[in-house]
Amino acid sequence: MVKSELIARLAELNPHLYQRDVARIVDTIFDEISTALARGDRVELRGFGTFSVKQRQPRTARNPRTGQAVFVEEKHIPFFKIGKDLRRRLNDSNGAGR
Amino acid sequence: MAGRTVTRAHLSEAVYQEVGLSRSESADLVEVVLKEIAGRLVTGETVKVSSFGSFYVRWKGRRIGRNPKTGEEVPILPRRVLVFRPSHVLKNRVGRTLSPGDGSG
Repeated sequence: MVKSELIARLAELNPHLYQRDVARIVDTIFDEISTALARGDRVELRGFGTFSVKQRQPRTARNPRTGQAVFVEEKHIPFFKIGKDLRRRLNDSNGAGR
Repeated sequence: MAGRTVTRAHLSEAVYQEVGLSRSESADLVEVVLKEIAGRLVTGETVKVSSFGSFYVRWKGRRIGRNPKTGEEVPILPRRVLVFRPSHVLKNRVGRTLSPGDGSG
């Protein structure tokens, strides 16, 4: 499913809303999460999961083609950890975990 | 790095401010969005949100793990795991604001 399909689905479930408003709702949610991460905050959505920012230490990497050493600065990357409920649901539904 | 935690309440408030629905309806819609995404993932479907990232489900086979405390071997059963791959847009936003002098993510 891509974002436009998500919006169409939500519009179908909420016939009293304009599709335009549904699109704004979806955009607002993801924008809010992105902005929080850009500030270095965590976003904790119980039952779904937690978005956070992880720090990667500076390291010396190598250009795989030339073998030359390259310094890579410290960096921050977005990270998602699944929530307990969703993890359980993923493994309940298909016989995994047996 | 700041250390605040954003929750559903903050997301609903943002929707309330931005779209002008009632507070309770804003909260319901945040819930429905998460529910819809979770439902798709449970069926094994990939969910892609442009300029945010994609969520997909991967299968992990059985392997032998070890209890780190006792050294005892324990089988880890096959399971499904969720992977979130942040988009370049999100990586750049997070990398740019938090890393010193680095805009490339």
